[in-house]
Amino acid sequence: MNLLATEIAGIKLKNPIMPASGCFGFGREYAKFYDLSVLGGIAIKATSWEPRTGNWTPRVAETPGGMLNSIGLQNPGVEKVVAEELAFLSQYDTAIFANVAGSSIEDYVSTCAKLSQVANVSAIELNVSCPNVHNGIQFGSNEESLEVLTREVKKVINIPLFVKLSPNVTSIVSMAKAAQRAGADGLSLINTLLGMRIDLKTRKPILARGSGGLSGPAIKPVAIRMVYEVASEVNLPIIGMGGIQSVDDALEFFFAGASALAVGTANFIDPFACPELIKALENHLESEGIKSLNEIIGAALNHVRSVH
Amino acid sequence: MKKIFPNVVENTLIADNIFKLVLEDNFPHDEFKPGKFLHVKCSKGLDPLLRRPMSICDISDDERYLTVLYRREGRGTTLLSEYRAGEKIDILAPLGNNFELPAGYNGDKNAAGDLQQQCLSKKILLIGGGIGVPPLYYLGRKLKAAGHSIISILGFNAAKDVFYENEFKSLGEVFITTVDGSYGMKGFVIDALAEIESAEIVDCEPSYDVMYSCGPKAMLKALQSRISSDKLAYMSLEERMGCGVGACLACVCNYNEGFERDKSYSRVCTEGPVYKLHEISL
Repeated sequence: MNLLATEIAGIKLKNPIMPASGCFGFGREYAKFYDLSVLGGIAIKATSWEPRTGNWTPRVAETPGGMLNSIGLQNPGVEKVVAEELAFLSQYDTAIFANVAGSSIEDYVSTCAKLSQVANVSAIELNVSCPNVHNGIQFGSNEESLEVLTREVKKVINIPLFVKLSPNVTSIVSMAKAAQRAGADGLSLINTLLGMRIDLKTRKPILARGSGGLSGPAIKPVAIRMVYEVASEVNLPIIGMGGIQSVDDALEFFFAGASALAVGTANFIDPFACPELIKALENHLESEGIKSLNEIIGAALNHVRSVH
Repeated sequence: MKKIFPNVVENTLIADNIFKLVLEDNFPHDEFKPGKFLHVKCSKGLDPLLRRPMSICDISDDERYLTVLYRREGRGTTLLSEYRAGEKIDILAPLGNNFELPAGYNGDKNAAGDLQQQCLSKKILLIGGGIGVPPLYYLGRKLKAAGHSIISILGFNAAKDVFYENEFKSLGEVFITTVDGSYGMKGFVIDALAEIESAEIVDCEPSYDVMYSCGPKAMLKALQSRISSDKLAYMSLEERMGCGVGACLACVCNYNEGFERDKSYSRVCTEGPVYKLHEISL
């Protein structure tokens, strides 16, 4: 029996681990290192209607336990993604979560519609929170815009819709509820936190674009808190992410209420991060006598005391 | 590419903040070719999080020892400088492409393209600047073994920064330049290049057939404007990298017109780090 088998928004996954969007390209680079069919899923690099060349370099700056990036959604555009990248991925037995970025509702709608028609795409993941493009943040930080966008996209697709939420908001729960009202089937959280570093010699921001998105172990506590809060109040399955490297990290996210996990920055440090985590997680469940992930998902919920 | 955990054999200071790191493992020459790089995890923990790309300075003939020269500059390389003999380092290698070698180089069936057309023994010019010098040594050793003659120009800031002069002397003639004139010729590698080229008028033949370079962007830019695009000339780029395997798109640069491949941009870690001198816009 496969201890790791799970289901999220009706999508069957052989295990709950997938590389996070933007940290795995379209899989080609990592396919040289291992068989991508071992993955529970793959969240592909954000795809937009038109090709995007991305931001100027430097696009990456390190921080203690993390990194800032401002890649700027560089991608070859939906036509090429469908014809080349998704065609390439069709040889692997894994669920594809097609991450979609856009700058207008029409943009999002047409890209989502096109991607949802592709046979090997299991779900759409709506990127409403990329901090690295002009306007990208709007949909992710305004409840009404998010609701309208989600509703419009939902109308044109026939596969599950995940909304990837931005942590750069006052209330993540309000945003999650907005997505739920509009008919989202699941949530991905969290995207990167906005940050900046300044070069001591030049006295200028290190990133060409100034600010960028912080990822890696440094953001894990923020992500855990947000997954926990949303899982407590919103009845939608959650793909949890933010600094996951080890089994301990994975367990924390499951306990906080995530049903599946995405591994991001860890892929950059170790190309084998995902397959190694899958193996380690399986070993852990086996040694602890855990028969199903359902036994541990949300274990930490309802264990918070308020001030007395 | 593999994840390897070689033993540290030596990690010593050889010039101002320049360290020589010797690693012990199995480094087959036909995989670890000149120009390829290692992606080194400098910290054992989370800070710094990312690996550091480092070029291969040499591999012993028995394929057991690999030498890396690095400059201690930030937190990562400071931690790396604290490794002691007997400890193991977490490395991904080999990554990137490699220097294209002139025909006659034994053992490399892939010496392709323009170089294959040339006759066997070549006059090679190596131009290195600062911490860009190391990969040219391994390349030079291979070229010398294949019967080519080698001239090296190595540029540094000052006398205290100079390293590997004797090693390069074992390959052929060496010109050292320092910006402050405290050692060798005062000035930049370009000034030494001008001197070498001036001999062409006397000799009535090109002073070199193939040029290979590695160093700071300013140096490579100067070479781009100085050396004609008809020349066989190559450069290896240094760039801030994330993953080192082509996924994160942190180290992208743009092709110059006429050099585009299937994409208009290039990932230094994957399509590079070695390019034709005029291929990339710096």
